[in-house]
Amino acid sequence: MRLHSPDDLKTLQAELCNNGHWTGRTLIIPAGTCGRASGANDLIRKAREELLRGEFAHLIRVRVTGCHGFCETEPSILVEPDGLFYPRLKPADVGRLVEATARGEIVEDLVWLDRETGARIPHQRDVPFFKKQRRTILSRSEQVDPEDIDSYLRNGGYSALLKALEGGDPAWVLQEVKSSGLRGRGGAGFPTGVKWEMLAKQPSTQGKFLVCNADEGDPGAYMDRSILEGNPHSILEGMLIGGYATGATDGIIYVRNEYPLAIKHLHIALEQARGLGLLGENILGTGYSFDIQVVQGAGAFVCGEETALIRSIEGQMGEPRQRPPFPIQSGIHGRPTSINNVETWANIPIIIEQGAEVFAETGTEHNSGTKIFSLVGKIRNTGLVEVPMGITIREIVHEIGGGPVGNAEIKAVQTGGPSGGCIPASRFELPIDYDGLAKAGSIMGSGGMIVMDGHTCVVDVAKYFMGFLKDESCGKCFTCRKGTQRMHEILDDITQGRGTHDQLDLLEELALVVKDTTMCGLGQTAANPVLSTLRYFRDEYLAHIDQQRCPAGVCKPLITFSINENCSGCQACAKACPADAIYGERKQRHTIDTSKCIKCGTCRSVCKRDAVEVA
Amino acid sequence: MEAVVDEREVVAIVDRHNAQCGGLIATLEEVQTVYGYLPERALRVVANITDHSLVDVYGVATFYRSFSLRPRGRNHVCACLGTACHVRGAPMVVEELERRLGIRAGETSADGEYTLETVNCLGACALGPIVVVNGTYHSKVEAASVKKLLKKTQPEAARLASEPKVAVSSL
Repeated sequence: MRLHSPDDLKTLQAELCNNGHWTGRTLIIPAGTCGRASGANDLIRKAREELLRGEFAHLIRVRVTGCHGFCETEPSILVEPDGLFYPRLKPADVGRLVEATARGEIVEDLVWLDRETGARIPHQRDVPFFKKQRRTILSRSEQVDPEDIDSYLRNGGYSALLKALEGGDPAWVLQEVKSSGLRGRGGAGFPTGVKWEMLAKQPSTQGKFLVCNADEGDPGAYMDRSILEGNPHSILEGMLIGGYATGATDGIIYVRNEYPLAIKHLHIALEQARGLGLLGENILGTGYSFDIQVVQGAGAFVCGEETALIRSIEGQMGEPRQRPPFPIQSGIHGRPTSINNVETWANIPIIIEQGAEVFAETGTEHNSGTKIFSLVGKIRNTGLVEVPMGITIREIVHEIGGGPVGNAEIKAVQTGGPSGGCIPASRFELPIDYDGLAKAGSIMGSGGMIVMDGHTCVVDVAKYFMGFLKDESCGKCFTCRKGTQRMHEILDDITQGRGTHDQLDLLEELALVVKDTTMCGLGQTAANPVLSTLRYFRDEYLAHIDQQRCPAGVCKPLITFSINENCSGCQACAKACPADAIYGERKQRHTIDTSKCIKCGTCRSVCKRDAVEVA
Repeated sequence: MEAVVDEREVVAIVDRHNAQCGGLIATLEEVQTVYGYLPERALRVVANITDHSLVDVYGVATFYRSFSLRPRGRNHVCACLGTACHVRGAPMVVEELERRLGIRAGETSADGEYTLETVNCLGACALGPIVVVNGTYHSKVEAASVKKLLKKTQPEAARLASEPKVAVSSL
């Protein structure tokens, strides 16, 4: 079926709402990459079996969706319309869950258990992880089956496009985006409306490009994957609106090939949208034409940089080039090109639908709307959190994240990935927005938030990022290519206990040289992880240099493993040790032969009595 | 073992992608899906029938991390080294994989059974460390669980011996 006018689309939406009207309950099972890795597929199979077996199909439906954000508790089920949340389910639990749901009851022992109070919390909205969030984008992933355009349409999908097209004034759309104050969610925070305005003003006889940058290379951030997997049509709708506002003719979604499920869902979404006439020539009979193509990356971090990304889209090596000319003036094949991040695109339909004013009510001045962070690392509740701009780090880490795992204290969060920096616990009252984070020596970046506790060595983390950047530097600028290598060598020396004070000075000097003399963002920000950890955790660097000691117990050459009096002689560690370095009689305290020990940490992870010590 | 390259197949792949944006990368991606890696012969064919010089083709093939110029093993083990996985002990997991498989990350075992690779981030950060074995994602892997993980893949290895290639993209 092809829709020939805006009215056709309205009729279809209305039909879908009437026919699909469901008074029963729905079991929503998140099955993004994370859900599937945790066993969501088994849960889906089991739920469908149980519905058939108990003949509940007239009472309960199953909806398979993308990730809802609370990945750590997957596989999970959300029951609609009650809003009941069942985390960490096993297939064996599904039978009684289905039966109880059919009776309209709650399975008390399967709902969220609050560790502090010991209380059971049945409703998702009351679970601390969800309570403080403002989930305008992520909550849509609960409503929508990403492989089914009908489900998107039923939930008001493409209404924002309809509103834009029916208004008939691209300038109005542009102004709405501009007044919303939306800033680029890829990290730099450039006002989206201003960028679009520049694109709209560019003369071009051969057409203009809009690009969705889904090359989410920042390790530790995955909100873009989640949106693409869970709600691909929202990105298409955003781009269609963008094309209308700016006069662009072609859209490209550049997605990294490490996200196979996102790619699959995008292709399905494109095909379905094209089938309905929502993409291509003369969309909804309005004379507006726009098409979108998916281009897959091939694994290069630097391709997140605009000019490198353009080269990669052209099929070349992803090396950045000097600006100007800016992509807005001369991008893909020399045509004007505007590149926006996935999360930015996901915000566009929301802005048009609710209006710029309502959108700007969330967040703070100059930082409107919500931002999704991936809260990961040494934290109890890991997952994606969507919060209003201006919330403090403490609220995210301690209230939403539930604080540290075990007894170790949280000492810092790392934001902005390899281009960002560390923020120590003493500055957790800092409100999160583009400007505040920059003042603290970090950046917003795409929204990775890696929590580090007392068992995380900041020198090791700085070395990790430098190693990453050394590998990912494209090599075009000498100072980036060699500078990152040399900084990595120095950091390696420090973690091996061979570092000197002179090297530390050299490291700081190199960091600034690389920052000042490289062409693209990769090099210009490469020193951030080093500079920010030196700023806040200099004492940890000095402990490695002066005392050959790693306070966090991470750097292998500086630590030894031993077994303390908690040992019950269960032999679990001795059996697991790959180096046969642990000996001792059964039910006697064991000993580690340090000459054989390869410091792999296996003993520590298998010990149930905290008997393995690292010093 | 070097793959036997069917030139007509490579030509067909080029035809499918050449006119599109990102054509060369998409071409090489499909060649790699077919052969498991990028055979020299295929790269020469691509260079011959497109506007790209062999140097350009080689440049692209070596610039991007997901391309391999060497044949890969029957089993593909891929460990995530993203930041979240790193702070939760992914380096220990990789070392243990290297020790058990007798190869370094990026290498293929002499018997052609295993290829071990690392990846920057798979985007399943809440569940780290992640190891992908023949397209199946395993979450919260510890050094101590590597032995079991590889053991579990052995029936898979037997199955895969009959159907040669399964890449991560088979998800």
